[in-house]
Amino acid sequence: MPRVKVQRKSTATDMTAMCDVAFLLLTFFILTSKFKTPDPVPIDIPGYTKTVVLPEDNIATLTIGSGKVFFGVDQNLRKTTLEEVGKLYNITFTPAEINTFIGLPNVGVPIHSLKDYLNMDSEKRKAIQLPGVPTDSVSNELFNWIKQARLADAALNKPLRITIKGDAKQEYPTVGRVIDILQKQGANKFSLITALKAAPK
Amino acid sequence: MAELDTSGGGKHKGGKVRSKKASTRVDLTAMVDLAFLLITFFMLTTTLAKPKAMDMAMPDTTKPQEQLAVPATRTMTILLGSNNKLEWYIGETGKSAPTVDNFGKDGLRKALIENSNKIKASHGGQPMIVLIKPSDKSTYNNFVNALDELNITGIDEHAVVKITQVEIDDLKKNGLYN
Repeated sequence: MPRVKVQRKSTATDMTAMCDVAFLLLTFFILTSKFKTPDPVPIDIPGYTKTVVLPEDNIATLTIGSGKVFFGVDQNLRKTTLEEVGKLYNITFTPAEINTFIGLPNVGVPIHSLKDYLNMDSEKRKAIQLPGVPTDSVSNELFNWIKQARLADAALNKPLRITIKGDAKQEYPTVGRVIDILQKQGANKFSLITALKAAPK
Repeated sequence: MAELDTSGGGKHKGGKVRSKKASTRVDLTAMVDLAFLLITFFMLTTTLAKPKAMDMAMPDTTKPQEQLAVPATRTMTILLGSNNKLEWYIGETGKSAPTVDNFGKDGLRKALIENSNKIKASHGGQPMIVLIKPSDKSTYNNFVNALDELNITGIDEHAVVKITQVEIDDLKKNGLYN
């Protein structure tokens, strides 16, 4: 009598569909991704009930936290801004320094130590504590950074959108000082970056 | 994951040697693994949520402008103090006793709605004007919250003004300046 053989089933599954989906998602994420730029200081943004979505480009960001102010602008404006600000303080930057500057999202040092900061190697640059851009009216540094960025942008015929990203626990005087600086150069319209809060009923 | 040989491997009948057909299936496991690894990486590093913002408009200080005279009885002044507390009063500085209040539904929002209705009733439907005066001891969060309350209550006429010494003294008296 012949034995009844149990048909063995293959354990291999068809992965084609799974592979397709995986690569589709992968392509989507690669194309839409924009890497998070780490904040120079920890920032916890306050909530607001009615917000608008910011455009992706053509913005300057003033990050305020721990009593310090950091200035950041779009990549294509960084070179002109740096050169013009340098001119005001009689500092010329080498092409290598300019290239390093273009790669950095934020300015967080006084202009006179900026050259040293740009010449550091990148590991060391990450490690040091940044003092922030001075906001006092004697050196007028933040004023000049914003002004030159706006001028550089005006050359491209677009109004620069200035945004303030402030830490919720930040004491008001620093924010007030920044707003004063903006008002002094006629930048009376700006945006505060906030998280969306649910509207009350 | 190796494929199991399910062809049976029995004797060939008829004695003819047939060439074995190679499977056209490729093992995709490793490829899927890699794809999901990369997906995870990109998902964690991207910022899908675009930054949200609120628009602010401040008055132009660079050129002198005509100032409209505004009756003080229509203004409500909010002083932002320390410890997430605030003070508000109607009318001119020092003439009416300020009320200490806190942020939130039962604090500032209630006061804003009540005062707005009162002023509208006594001024023939004219809107209330709100002045926000953040003191040096208040936080950025207080400032945004105060603006948020104005937005919630629908009070459009508001301005951010510098605080005066008299008002700071008053905050000190109420223990909101430390």
